[in-house]
Amino acid sequence: MTQDKVSALEAVSDTYHYGFETDIDAETAPKGLNEDIIRYISAKKNEPEWLLDFRLKAYRHWLTMTEPRWAKVEYPPIDYQDIYYYAAPKTDKKTEIDPELMKTYEKLGVPLHEREVLAGVAVDAVFDSVSVATTFRDRLAKQGIIFSSISEAVQNHPDLVKKYLGSVVPYTDNFFACLNSAVFTDGTFVYIPKGVRCPMELSTYFRINAKKSGQFERTMIIADDNSYVSYLEGCTAPQRDENQLHAAIVEIIVMNDAEVKYSTVQNWYPGDKDGKGGIYNFVTKRGLCRGVNSKLSWTQVETGSAVTWKYPSCVLMGDNSVGEFYSVAITNNYQQADTGTKMIHLGKNTSSTIVSKGISAGKSQNTYRGLVKMGKNAENARNFSQCDSLLIGSQCGAHTLPCMLSSNPTASVEHEATTSKISDEQLFYCRQRGLNAEESVSLIVNGFCKDVMQKLPMEFAVEATRLVAVTLEGSVG
Amino acid sequence: MTAWLEINDLRAKAGDKTILNGLSLSIDAGEVHVIMGPNGSGKSTLSNVLCGNPHYEVTGGSVTFKGEDLLKLNVEERARLGVFLAFQSPVEIPGVSMATFMKYALNARRKAAGEKELDAVGFMKRIKVRAQALNVSDEMLKRPVNVGFSGGEKKRLETFQMAMLEPDFCILDEMDSGMDVDAVKVAGNGVKIMRSPERSFLVISHNIKFIREQIMPDKVHVLANGRVVADGGVELLDEVDKNGFAGFVKEAVA
Repeated sequence: MTQDKVSALEAVSDTYHYGFETDIDAETAPKGLNEDIIRYISAKKNEPEWLLDFRLKAYRHWLTMTEPRWAKVEYPPIDYQDIYYYAAPKTDKKTEIDPELMKTYEKLGVPLHEREVLAGVAVDAVFDSVSVATTFRDRLAKQGIIFSSISEAVQNHPDLVKKYLGSVVPYTDNFFACLNSAVFTDGTFVYIPKGVRCPMELSTYFRINAKKSGQFERTMIIADDNSYVSYLEGCTAPQRDENQLHAAIVEIIVMNDAEVKYSTVQNWYPGDKDGKGGIYNFVTKRGLCRGVNSKLSWTQVETGSAVTWKYPSCVLMGDNSVGEFYSVAITNNYQQADTGTKMIHLGKNTSSTIVSKGISAGKSQNTYRGLVKMGKNAENARNFSQCDSLLIGSQCGAHTLPCMLSSNPTASVEHEATTSKISDEQLFYCRQRGLNAEESVSLIVNGFCKDVMQKLPMEFAVEATRLVAVTLEGSVG
Repeated sequence: MTAWLEINDLRAKAGDKTILNGLSLSIDAGEVHVIMGPNGSGKSTLSNVLCGNPHYEVTGGSVTFKGEDLLKLNVEERARLGVFLAFQSPVEIPGVSMATFMKYALNARRKAAGEKELDAVGFMKRIKVRAQALNVSDEMLKRPVNVGFSGGEKKRLETFQMAMLEPDFCILDEMDSGMDVDAVKVAGNGVKIMRSPERSFLVISHNIKFIREQIMPDKVHVLANGRVVADGGVELLDEVDKNGFAGFVKEAVA
């Protein structure tokens, strides 16, 4: 794509700033899904036999499953045979990154050249199905940290991948996770060895580019005893009239005294103001706090996607383990989000905190769905949940569906929920001080989400605050 | 020549109810005016209409400010032109600190004027000097706007915002209500500090002692049934003090 075309596209897409397309050759598998396609993907990636078996088992199981329809979202049936399951950018030399790709990531603000990186963020970038570059790898390797694409990890660290793949999200888990297990193409693999505190934020930037392609990435993070890592995930896609499917899996394993902080700013294309196009974001994210005193913290800012179906969860197995979920989900126009978390308390003295802030504007529907489960051995387990909804205008909806199950009488579960509206008085007050209507809404919404925003790493917080404003453009008359 | 602020035959309603009924008033640069009147006479409506609150509909008359047709401008345009309202009951904005609120307000104004955003040092300096003068603590600046403050503290913060934004025309809507003696002094002090030949005030109040001792107005107006029924100097205060509003209301009906 020429530079002119990029700026022309930007001019029409004044609300979604990442809606450009990159014109590079892509190597795609034929459309549709069958065992041959899976063998094709596996062969392309030069995978060992056990991984092909895993994929085929998943595929055969997937054929027996039906798509879940219990979420409070509506979308037309997905034709799984009308999707490309493999699209890789073609490059002449394996070692060089396509300059067009570099330009794309520059536009997205992802620094790929290590020299240009000022902030301490190491980036793995996944473009359609393939991980294109991983920065800072050598520096991290000196401390024994593995930060690579999952395809490379399969080649270089097969034992680790084999040991943990599907151990937190088994392929039988749900329809979309099962599909992912069959066709996942790439993603990020992180291993932090015992006693190592990862010296920089690790980051993956996901981008869907090719037409009619799905993205099925798989991320695995393993934090060994007494280690720490903070991981950031960002996503964008070009602006298209058609809907595109994104069905990812994130599996996290946290061992004794280890801590993982996982932050997401999800800005997939949400569709236009009439609800045309946009990404279907059907994602399974789960972490297993396996060790004692382990801690996993999910922070997400969800502004994009036409339909979101996502419940980052914590299984608190180790005694004294801690799970956290901080979420801001903003929907505008015709966006639909059904998102929340699951906190499964198995170990003694486990504790979890849920803070969910849902903001609905336009004609959107925003649902919080959560499960807090206290197992029979979860002595003195504690949970605190707070779910706040903010409505802008009168045509949107906010729904809160918390579920609490306790099998241990010493466990305590607390839930607080509020629903509020941006009032005319608040708007008048802000505007009287000189802010225009949109600046006022953005200020009020940022105040509403503050508890979550301040959990984000600094460089993400700035982007997230800006995204809030962009997402809510046009939400007040 | 028209005055700095010229209100002529202003008529306005809220819903079906007519509240302002041909109100005329003019204020010159540097003047401090007081408006008094019984409940329901239209005092608060006047302040809201001058600021463009969409809850009220202007049905007639004109308002010019610094030569501009104020009624043609929206709320924020009027604010940026220099109209400021110290609210009688300021609303809460949870999660937004007063310091952040002021930063947004100042930068929104600068952005609209095509100026660069305030740098952090300049902003901190501006906030510190004014906070000290008005007895606003750091803790008050960090807490969310109007959340959990006493009535008096809220009013003090309204005065603080006025000092931060340096408006040309300040409307104080019952600043003294709900305040203890010390807080009233702080509010009065705010007006004293801000008083300048380039800035005018319209003070709505019932509190004759407050007006006399703290505000020391140039002119006093009595409002009844949506129009000005008496103009004068501080001597009008004595009349209201002695006889209340009954006589003025009769005048308005007749």
